[in-house]
Amino acid sequence: MKKNSILIVDDEASVRDSLYNWFLEDGFEVSCAEDASKALKILDHEHFDIILADIKMPGMDGLELLRRIKQIIPDAIIIIITAFATVDTAVQALKDGAFDYVTKPFDPDDLSHLIRNALRQVSLQEENETLRERVSVLEQVEDIIGESEAVKKMLSEVEQVAQSNASVIITGESGTGKELIAKAIHANSLRKFFPLVSVHCGALTESLLESELFGHEKGAFTGAVYTRKGRFEMADNGTIFLDEIATISSKMQVELLRVLESKSFVRVGGNKTITSDFRVICATNRDLKKMVNEGSFREDLYYRLNVVNINVPPLRERKDDIPLLVNYFIGKYCKSMSRPIVTMDATAMKRLEDYDFPGNVRELENIIERAIVVGNGKEIKLRDLPLGKAVTISKTESLNHLEKQHIAQVLTKYGWNISRAAQALGIDRVTLYNKIKKYDLKQ
Amino acid sequence: MAINTMKPLNQINLVSFGITDKALLEMLRSQTARIFSCKVQHKEARTELGQFFDGARRQYNADSLLQMVHQNYSNEDAKTIGLFQVDLFIPILTYIFGQAYLNGQTAVASGYRLVDERYGIKTNRQNYPERFLKEVIHELGHNFGLIHCRSVGCVMQASTYVEDIDLKNADFCPACRLQLEH
Repeated sequence: MKKNSILIVDDEASVRDSLYNWFLEDGFEVSCAEDASKALKILDHEHFDIILADIKMPGMDGLELLRRIKQIIPDAIIIIITAFATVDTAVQALKDGAFDYVTKPFDPDDLSHLIRNALRQVSLQEENETLRERVSVLEQVEDIIGESEAVKKMLSEVEQVAQSNASVIITGESGTGKELIAKAIHANSLRKFFPLVSVHCGALTESLLESELFGHEKGAFTGAVYTRKGRFEMADNGTIFLDEIATISSKMQVELLRVLESKSFVRVGGNKTITSDFRVICATNRDLKKMVNEGSFREDLYYRLNVVNINVPPLRERKDDIPLLVNYFIGKYCKSMSRPIVTMDATAMKRLEDYDFPGNVRELENIIERAIVVGNGKEIKLRDLPLGKAVTISKTESLNHLEKQHIAQVLTKYGWNISRAAQALGIDRVTLYNKIKKYDLKQ
Repeated sequence: MAINTMKPLNQINLVSFGITDKALLEMLRSQTARIFSCKVQHKEARTELGQFFDGARRQYNADSLLQMVHQNYSNEDAKTIGLFQVDLFIPILTYIFGQAYLNGQTAVASGYRLVDERYGIKTNRQNYPERFLKEVIHELGHNFGLIHCRSVGCVMQASTYVEDIDLKNADFCPACRLQLEH
């Protein structure tokens, strides 16, 4: 069972000793400070569930200490104690965010009740945080939309890998929803009630990434005003998601490998080794194996990360899911804009189904959001889509691929009636049969 | 605050200050021996308690009394508890029933606030010896490193009123007993 912690701030040694002993017997982890500045120093590197602070102290008084703590830790539970109770100071303390205000000496029963209430508040805050995290993770898991074979296969891989502790690399083009897959793995794992901490490696410089991942001590560098926990520390018992892993520098690759092997690290500017039990999930839109061969990504780190690889298919390879995704995004944005649900006319839907979506699901989502904003509020028409009249195609597609795709679509449209399909394509039936054979098209 | 590591227990010493009820002291001795399964000795102390009296609060300073018992009557091979019949306080609390060094050698307990008449309840002296015994066992439990327990009926449950003391047993719950024996 987790021990609750308490910090006692009082200039009278006898009061500190009495409270120290009382809380020790009650099973608390207790720390004491004889004045406000020492308390602030302790709070720089330690967290406490409850802070008991005397109001009358030499130097900074309890009310000023309360205000300073609230600036750094807004959720801190601070109880102000004093032998000089006045209504004004009590009101001021409560206005400044004190949990409660008591006059010493206390009745033992009053102290017990007060601490019990404060602990209830601590546990509610923790529960609220966990539930919020859980709800947001669950909501995001529901966002994986699709009934195509490719999505079904990927979700079954997610389910299989979630229960293990194995490191995972999620690969896929930009906008395919790699982060959603990471969230789904976490939400289905035994770590689901602990945090999922995301770090976008590509957005940070080497030194910022180092401080972000490992945390830093106060004064470690210019601007390090307070001690800060790193993402690895925050992910204790949970999962850390490292997006755009291919962008990290050689130095960070070495650091990362060391942390993954020892599950321990030191904050920037610190000397205390911190251990954390986390699972690592990475994502990239680049070919890491190729980078290893080229020497730009460490082979040992690659093998440590790549225990399981999940590939998220691009949207053009799961076009069956487009109508489902369209309806999902229509529902999502109409709801968030407080508008009645709109529909999409058949021509507009057909255009979307023909489009190759180089930006994948993210691009589709943006298209729908824009169409709802600019549309007439009843039906999304072709003119509401920012695609123009011509179907935009991916630069990487070969002519053969496009031909195969087009023939398959026409055949499907005419229910594999060869004569009608050939007529629509402007070729004769023999040529169409030859093309079907060449591209191995099946009904 | 002196905190020692627990050593194999040879005996418990009960040191009484101004308690004249021989039957009560004998009951405390024999029951403590039964509960802790060890030798328990009783000794009567003659220390003058006036120096521990706080005129402003009209109570006795339990921190100072605990220190006095530790310095004058405690030894490393035994746990020693001072038994009093005076109103105890510590600076931060209006009163206490007793206190102890957690995982240490010494404790104090007082019967002063364990009688019904202090709370305006009809006097029932039958409760008093058992309440005192529970307080003695509770404080000695702290000496053995036990913290307050949330199990209903365990003697290590925190008590701030006599009614709380009456609700618990004069013995440890299985979890505390296990911790005590190891």
